[in-house]
Amino acid sequence: MYSFDVVRPKSVADAVAALGEEEAQALGGGQTLIPSLKQRLAMPSVLVSLAAIDEIKGVSSEGGGLTIGGGTTHATVAKDCAASYPALAAMAGNIGDPAVRNRGTIGGSLANNDPAACYPAAALASGATIVTNTREIAADDYFQGMFTTALEEGEIITAVKLPIPEKAAYIKFEQPASRFALVGVFVAKFTDGVRVAVTGASEEGVFRWTEAEAALSGDFSAAALEGLSVSADGLMTDLHGSAAYRAHLIGVLTKRAVAQA
Amino acid sequence: MPKDHGIGAAQKRREDVRFLTGAGQYTDDINVYGQTYCHFLRSDVAHGKITSLDTSAAEAMPGVLRIFTGKDFEGIGGLPCGWQVTDKNGDPMKEPPHPVLAQGKVRHVGDPICAVIAETLDQARDAAEAIELEIEDLPAVVDMRAALETGSAKVHDDLEDNLCYDWQFGSDQAVVDKAFAEAAHVTTLELVNNRLVANPMEPRVAVAEYARAKDESTLYTTSQNPHVIRLLMGAFVLGIPEHKLRVVAPDVGGGFGTKIFHYAEEAFVTFAARQINRPVKWTSTRSEAFMSDAHGRDHVTKIELALDAENNFIGLRTDTLANMGAYLSTFSSSVPTWLHGTLMAGNYKTPAIQVNVKAVFTNTVPVDAYRGAGRPEATFQLERLVDKAARELGVDPIKLRRQNFIESFPYATPVAVEYDTGDYVATMDKLEEMIGIPGFAARRAESEAKGKLRGLGVNCYIEACGIAPSNLVGQLGARAGLYDAATVRVNATGSISVMVGAHSHGQGHETAFPQVVADMLGIDESMIDIVHGDTSKIPFGMGTYGSRSLAVCGSAMVRATEKIINKAKKIAAHLMEASEGDIELKDGMFTVAGTDKSVAWGDVTLAAYVPHNYPLTEIEPGLEETAFYDPANFTYPAGAYACEVEVDPETGKVTIERFAAADDFGNVVNPMIVEGQVHGGLAQGIGQALLENCVYDADGQLLSASYMDYAMPRAGDVPFYMVDHSCATPCTHNPLGVKGCGEAGAIGSPPAVVNAVLDALNHAGHDVAHIDMPVSPHRVWQAMQG
Repeated sequence: MYSFDVVRPKSVADAVAALGEEEAQALGGGQTLIPSLKQRLAMPSVLVSLAAIDEIKGVSSEGGGLTIGGGTTHATVAKDCAASYPALAAMAGNIGDPAVRNRGTIGGSLANNDPAACYPAAALASGATIVTNTREIAADDYFQGMFTTALEEGEIITAVKLPIPEKAAYIKFEQPASRFALVGVFVAKFTDGVRVAVTGASEEGVFRWTEAEAALSGDFSAAALEGLSVSADGLMTDLHGSAAYRAHLIGVLTKRAVAQA
Repeated sequence: MPKDHGIGAAQKRREDVRFLTGAGQYTDDINVYGQTYCHFLRSDVAHGKITSLDTSAAEAMPGVLRIFTGKDFEGIGGLPCGWQVTDKNGDPMKEPPHPVLAQGKVRHVGDPICAVIAETLDQARDAAEAIELEIEDLPAVVDMRAALETGSAKVHDDLEDNLCYDWQFGSDQAVVDKAFAEAAHVTTLELVNNRLVANPMEPRVAVAEYARAKDESTLYTTSQNPHVIRLLMGAFVLGIPEHKLRVVAPDVGGGFGTKIFHYAEEAFVTFAARQINRPVKWTSTRSEAFMSDAHGRDHVTKIELALDAENNFIGLRTDTLANMGAYLSTFSSSVPTWLHGTLMAGNYKTPAIQVNVKAVFTNTVPVDAYRGAGRPEATFQLERLVDKAARELGVDPIKLRRQNFIESFPYATPVAVEYDTGDYVATMDKLEEMIGIPGFAARRAESEAKGKLRGLGVNCYIEACGIAPSNLVGQLGARAGLYDAATVRVNATGSISVMVGAHSHGQGHETAFPQVVADMLGIDESMIDIVHGDTSKIPFGMGTYGSRSLAVCGSAMVRATEKIINKAKKIAAHLMEASEGDIELKDGMFTVAGTDKSVAWGDVTLAAYVPHNYPLTEIEPGLEETAFYDPANFTYPAGAYACEVEVDPETGKVTIERFAAADDFGNVVNPMIVEGQVHGGLAQGIGQALLENCVYDADGQLLSASYMDYAMPRAGDVPFYMVDHSCATPCTHNPLGVKGCGEAGAIGSPPAVVNAVLDALNHAGHDVAHIDMPVSPHRVWQAMQG
């Protein structure tokens, strides 16, 4: 690590002000940033910890949807959404290990937009709205490629609003080493249609499998997916799986998610 | 009734009290007054020429005491190799220099170039970033076959090519050729034994201090064998006489072989502490461990089995490329040769065997012994081959093995070793009972009902432990003896310290060794402690590796204890005014046969140190004896393993449903520790079979350089094991009749897992002859695609 200062603002306003400083960097749960700092891969002058801002923590229900504070940990989501949105809770409860789940936050995960992270799939499949200190961004506009989002410099995710689907499930096929998603598929069925979001697979990060959505919107069953396949073009190839394998897994996991939902 | 005392008792490990309460004293826990910190600047390219190196700006940075480069080591010895292999033409292996810090050239990612010493670690790291270094990239030598082609770039410019040696061993060419010419069937298999990173929980650490007034150096280091390090580093690298050099290996958090070897970093801190007259500490990061700890395995093999018309094995030949990495690590040359070729007979009476091994230099981290060291490579290729032969011939793989078992002992193999004892039929019988062969069909049907494929894999293994004897291994090229030593120091009031040459870093010596002495003397284990890991306290011993500690060092301890008993009987005879020949020792009491006279252990030991009533004219006071033990032969643990897997046909994911291990370890001192050793070995073998893979790209960059990409087995990846060691045939040539159990699990399990996966796939109609390890979901899926 290089040396840096840490500030712990208690309000979003103070955090935004602190992030205006030269080379300031927001710190959520630190599950990606702290390892990067240890490896000397990042050199912020000041870390703005969001951990003391109570106004961005916790889960609330409003009008048939959930609002989850950006600073809410995976463990809290796993516990507090278990009744209202079980598929989301199960996804959060299966991220990393207990230490990760007790530190990592939904806002941190969505801001980082790791191409193998789970939350982007949940947010995109749920048709979530990402709420920041300045605006609201639809999930369809938010994810813009690997580690790339619509967030501006210094913008903080204060909350995520998620409509609750009639049925949903997330299936993660774990990369053997990191246990991130080699491929993860989140399927959410709403009254007006089905959304299918895929993480772990694409060089462009999380994406929607629109052909599957169309088929499932007419007939929400694994059988409706017969004959559909994802092209391997643009999918990732690495030590743990080729693009063709990932394309195959998307099909398999989507069927399983539909069956489980 | 299970025993609760002495040999055979499943006593809980006394050392776990300190390990589990955070009271262990590991090398990184050692901090010395005035300590400085060392950070190595390592090569980030696989192969290159250092064209410019300027440390002046870095040296001026805050807290920097000194920056060392290769220039500081000109004229100082490099790291030695401990085993000289002679090739098939009678020439010695190529032995290029292995400098402590790079001399003009870097040869693998992680090769140390400079060492920065500063008041704090951060200062050292900051300064390392300010070093001005230019490296001209050279083509990287990565693939072994390409490395041997004419015109390949050379890892070592002074060598003719990248071949370290071309070794051949076993039966005469004509005998092997005849077997293959007469064969009714020949099975051929090409396979890879995947490169592994040992990944002990504790990374390597070295702390050195120098007492200038006494001209004495002390090195605290994470080693499995402190005397070996003292000898290699003192005599061959730094020229420090042994009486001026103390090496301490305190609690060590796992070794698995990779902490046997003498490393540049520990030599460096010892050297630097003398140069700057301050203590120097280096603690490896996990990232550094991936690119500087010696790796394991990495063989590419073609193996062929000749069978006659009755399916008897009549000939075996192998052709292996063994990766040495960029330099010869301490015992690297012995692993693919004497620790591998000599095991190719396995459990079978194949009369003609020829082993060919080419060792190859590449621009990768040096490769050396890792849990099993050569024997897993031998077992994997042989047991995969036998399974393939059974499938080709349409015979039951267990039946084919049984038909070819060695059944009478001693048995001299065509590859130079003589198995003293064994009962391969008994372990296979036991295995069949444990895994439940008759119930397999029903279990398979259950899996199929869930949409899963189920497979059963079986294999045998033989290993050679307690490497020995010294005069033989000397002829084979070992530059060390392979005895061990123990000093039994009985104190005045009867308690005992046993100083042993073996080192315990997870093996439980501190519990098991006292059980042996307690059993011999009839006293309680609580009166006995083991002292190990400090060259200033223990006799010259060779340390712990190759499942040798109890068989070799334990035997030395038995011999020393026998000397103690002999002397104590003389004292007891004097105290009881009886003839020495009539003295008996039982349950800690000396008695005179046929009388009611007795004297207690503590009275005799007190007399030895307060010799008022003592035969001073016949024997010396005191009660302390040392013995060195050089074994007459290797020991030959053997066994049979079975694995049942489920394969998800849609994803290729393999899960292990059942695993049974029937081992013959000879006599067992502490069955709980033995089972724990088997469990650990199995986890590492399953890790190799399903998960672990160390991968370089074509440029020599390490792709699996962290736990994000190097998959370690976790608790959820392994099943509840069924283990048994009741089919014991005691070793005939050591006093305890023990064989060694540390490596068996890692040796015997990989083929069982892979055989099971192939059984599952082939039974489901996929014609798959082999899948290389790790048998990852991706590879299984690919194999099923045809």
